[in-house]
Amino acid sequence: MLIKKILLYILLLVIAILTLIPFLWMVSASFMEDGQASVYPPRFIPEKWTWMQYIHLFERLNIGRNFLNSLVLATSITLISLFFNSMAGYAFAKYRFRGKHQLFKFLLSAMIIPAQVTMLPLFLMLKSIGLINTYMAIIIPGLANIFGIFLIRQYALSIPDSLIEAARMDGATDFQIYRIVILPLCLPILVTLAIFTFMGTWNDFLWPLIALTDNSMYTLPVALANLMGEHTKDPELMMAGSVVTIIPVIIVFLALQRFYIRGIMMGSVKG
Amino acid sequence: MSKSNKIDRKITFDSSGGSALVIFLGPALGAIFLFFFIPVLAAFAISFTDFDIYSLAKFSRLRFIGLANYLNLMHDPLFWKALGNTFYFVLVAGPLNVIVALSAALLLNSKLVRFKALFRLSYFIPVVTTLVAVAIVWRFIYHPKFGVLNYLLGFAGIDPIDWLGDPLWAMPAIILMSVWKNFGYNMIIFIAGLQNIPDYLYEAAVIEGANRWQVFRKITLPMLAPTTLFVSIITMIGFFQLFAEPYIMTQGGPLNRTLSIVQYMYQEGFRWWNMGYAAAIAFVLFFIIFIATLIQFRLQKSSE
Repeated sequence: MLIKKILLYILLLVIAILTLIPFLWMVSASFMEDGQASVYPPRFIPEKWTWMQYIHLFERLNIGRNFLNSLVLATSITLISLFFNSMAGYAFAKYRFRGKHQLFKFLLSAMIIPAQVTMLPLFLMLKSIGLINTYMAIIIPGLANIFGIFLIRQYALSIPDSLIEAARMDGATDFQIYRIVILPLCLPILVTLAIFTFMGTWNDFLWPLIALTDNSMYTLPVALANLMGEHTKDPELMMAGSVVTIIPVIIVFLALQRFYIRGIMMGSVKG
Repeated sequence: MSKSNKIDRKITFDSSGGSALVIFLGPALGAIFLFFFIPVLAAFAISFTDFDIYSLAKFSRLRFIGLANYLNLMHDPLFWKALGNTFYFVLVAGPLNVIVALSAALLLNSKLVRFKALFRLSYFIPVVTTLVAVAIVWRFIYHPKFGVLNYLLGFAGIDPIDWLGDPLWAMPAIILMSVWKNFGYNMIIFIAGLQNIPDYLYEAAVIEGANRWQVFRKITLPMLAPTTLFVSIITMIGFFQLFAEPYIMTQGGPLNRTLSIVQYMYQEGFRWWNMGYAAAIAFVLFFIIFIATLIQFRLQKSSE
């Protein structure tokens, strides 16, 4: 039993080291001077710790602007889509109307369509109204999404009808019921969906790569990919860029991981 | 009184209920309709046209060309290359991902282990991080001269490998990185599935003298079947959309050995502006994902 236990821990530790080594090396290399990450044998600790890569990124390459773009876009898409999805999810859970179940099933089955299919016409649409290379080009396709509606609906189903009825008896309008009764009760799932949306938007690459054409509009992933083209021989600088990109999502995740994990579970319950 | 009121409300909608419905559903469904369903239909239409850089400048240049884009695809060696690469990736990385995820879940589900949350967290971290950023990190980890991977393999007496520059190793390198990045997600779902298997099944098996392997084969795996199906499908759908990894790490090379379908669509559509052709590629991708999902469901049914 003891030997088995030790073996088990060794195995778990080895996997943990393998999953974490790339991050540890990334952080370490980002604090190295130029050229220090291109040596053999590879260093795991900087010879001399320095902020020079970060200073280079923010002062000369103006990555603060890209950070701001990512932050503004991820935040605004999260807020708007949370509002739209929660209203629709609530309606699908608690209202009766003709064709509701067919409509809901149709939406769910449409989730199999890969987003790449929509990108060519979306690009043409947005180009024709002059929105390419603006924040709106990223916000518009993110206004609402089927997965979000689905998550909210599943959660709202468990809210007892009697609560809604009581509010209605007290003379609350439909929108007041949504705002005062439903939204607070749905808070846990709203947090879950908010994290999913924020991280999804922050990490997204292909659509921003297509829809944003100017360095000052790029989100962090696009700016990084662009930077990589010119700095293939500067691992220290690129690692600093990666740290700047990854740190915010890791912080959001660590702070709210309980809600994130719940979202994965809920998404998988009714596959 | 309240009871009859409730029933009335639910079955027939007075005008206020109807307008509330419009307010609640309108924004989300409107946005999804305008910016998802319309583009899907438009892409389908575009795939039957010769939409290119000239039509981009002047819409009237657009011509309907029937199935020509799809027929051209059938004779396009680069398309077949991209298709082959994508299948190679999905068929190796997909099962590998599921196996690693299930193994990690089984390890973490063991009653002997403490600090489960800590291990689970460290396995999961790659999932939430930005793909582009970690692809850049791995590009340096794979560096033939200075990379950490070759250095570590050196201790096992393995000669340096030019991971991303060797046509033979480039795709395995991308597969390895993708499994590392994604297995944590499936692991979480497997852990939930394992916890849903009732203890009495295991107890009964032990009483009947089953060994560990038999318990795994006869109880764990069958009980996990729905979970495995779900995990396989979402993994496969995601993996068919491979893009950022080769875009960042190899640009599709060497010798187009890592060019993926989505990357080919991106190049044709947004670099050469052959949008009709690119739309056809996008629909082939959709068709493949659709068929592959159907096959997974069938396989699952026939094994039950």
